[in-house]
Amino acid sequence: MKRVVITGAGTINALGLSVPATLAAMRAGKCGIGPLEFRDVERLSIRIGAQVHGFESEARYNRQQIALYDRFTQFTLAAAREAIEQSGLTFSGDLADRTGVVLGTAGGGVSTWDDNYRAVYEEGKNRVHPFVVPKLMNNAAASHVSMEWKLRGPSFTVSTACASSNHAMAQAFAMVRSGMAPAMITGGSESMLCFGGVKAWEGLRVMSRDACRPFSANRSGMVQGEGAGIFVFEDYDHARARGAEILCEVAGFAMTSDASDIVMPSKAGAARAMQGALKDAGINREEVGYINAHGTGTAANDKTECAAVADVFGAHADQLMISSTKSMHGHVIGGTGAVELLACIMALRDGFVAPTIGYEEPDPECALDVVPNEARDASVDVALSNAFAFGGMNAVLALRRV
Amino acid sequence: MSIQDQVIAILAEQAMIEPQDVTFDSTLEDIGIDSMGVVESIFAIEETFDITVPFNANTPAESDFDISTVRSIVAGVERLKAEQG
Repeated sequence: MKRVVITGAGTINALGLSVPATLAAMRAGKCGIGPLEFRDVERLSIRIGAQVHGFESEARYNRQQIALYDRFTQFTLAAAREAIEQSGLTFSGDLADRTGVVLGTAGGGVSTWDDNYRAVYEEGKNRVHPFVVPKLMNNAAASHVSMEWKLRGPSFTVSTACASSNHAMAQAFAMVRSGMAPAMITGGSESMLCFGGVKAWEGLRVMSRDACRPFSANRSGMVQGEGAGIFVFEDYDHARARGAEILCEVAGFAMTSDASDIVMPSKAGAARAMQGALKDAGINREEVGYINAHGTGTAANDKTECAAVADVFGAHADQLMISSTKSMHGHVIGGTGAVELLACIMALRDGFVAPTIGYEEPDPECALDVVPNEARDASVDVALSNAFAFGGMNAVLALRRV
Repeated sequence: MSIQDQVIAILAEQAMIEPQDVTFDSTLEDIGIDSMGVVESIFAIEETFDITVPFNANTPAESDFDISTVRSIVAGVERLKAEQG
């Protein structure tokens, strides 16, 4: 079994168009949530979200590329470039043949579906652009990364709603750990901040109209975000041999299924995933200093997640820090675990724990140290990143300082 | 059909029981409607009456629409229809 480390990270999200910008925003407790801006927003009852601003597609991609790249693919490619450049890897020969791309997304090209349904249903057109299918397919982003960097190893896309990118990163980790691949490009992306994407979420009636306040007694629901987080996972020996900068180690993971309800979370399923990740990594629960929570800001998630943490960690639950960065970058759905992994890297490598902002009132059912409102200096050796999806599919990653 | 009868019909259909088994004092839980069923019922009420029901599934108790009993739901729908004029 190989040790697996992260040697590159990239992101596009509402907090920043790079990892340094995002981490600086997390340290400062900035909020990326604001009024949504897109066509027909006035027909929505939910009009806030963590939208990416200042991402100039035309400056990044040419006309032919834009015809093929949905926004979720555009975010992915920009984040992948940052990650791969940081890693210093260049892909050719055997390395290119064995390195692949495993990414998560829940919806894929949602705005491409939306735009083209509008064209045929609302505008009555009988013809759509020839590339609608390759633009909207869920594996488009992974394919374009493999094409851009000529990565010819195992590549595919994982779709497990809000746990998609954690499931994807777990797959990439397992492939590097087993020796199947020397390196993998992994993470996830999502962009469903368009009329149809938000309208669908509105129907569930769990969306907040004002702010995302995870763990706060006056929470009012979740707020959607968008973006991508992309990482280079690499065999530790391979990374050491070439003198690469190591951001942190991926020590273990676990995946569980609640097998109970299509939307309501289960304490047992969440707890088994956290326990399993610790066991897989060979980590004692007392070593965990930080948990990046799933922390959606819904009553159902927050109470269940805190109860699961209390069950898994016992008395140590009161010693560790747990924060939800969704309060800042919104719920990036299938890309959320990837964006949130950045907060784990910041805790392990830089010694800064990202806060849960918007926190106003303690909730007795979430009586943990949620790092309210302000980032904290702390030395963290082990961090967990939780993702608990609709459908009861959970994936937790365990990360360690190197 | 009166508002009351229509609301009861919607709830009975959701609960998969006969309308005569839905009483004014029933809670949604009594008749077997869970949290997802509540969201579906509200949707059916909105579609039937062409109204917007202020209901947040995160904090049902704090919503400006009381779903604690069948009676309160009927009253809420009557109020929203009256406000619509």
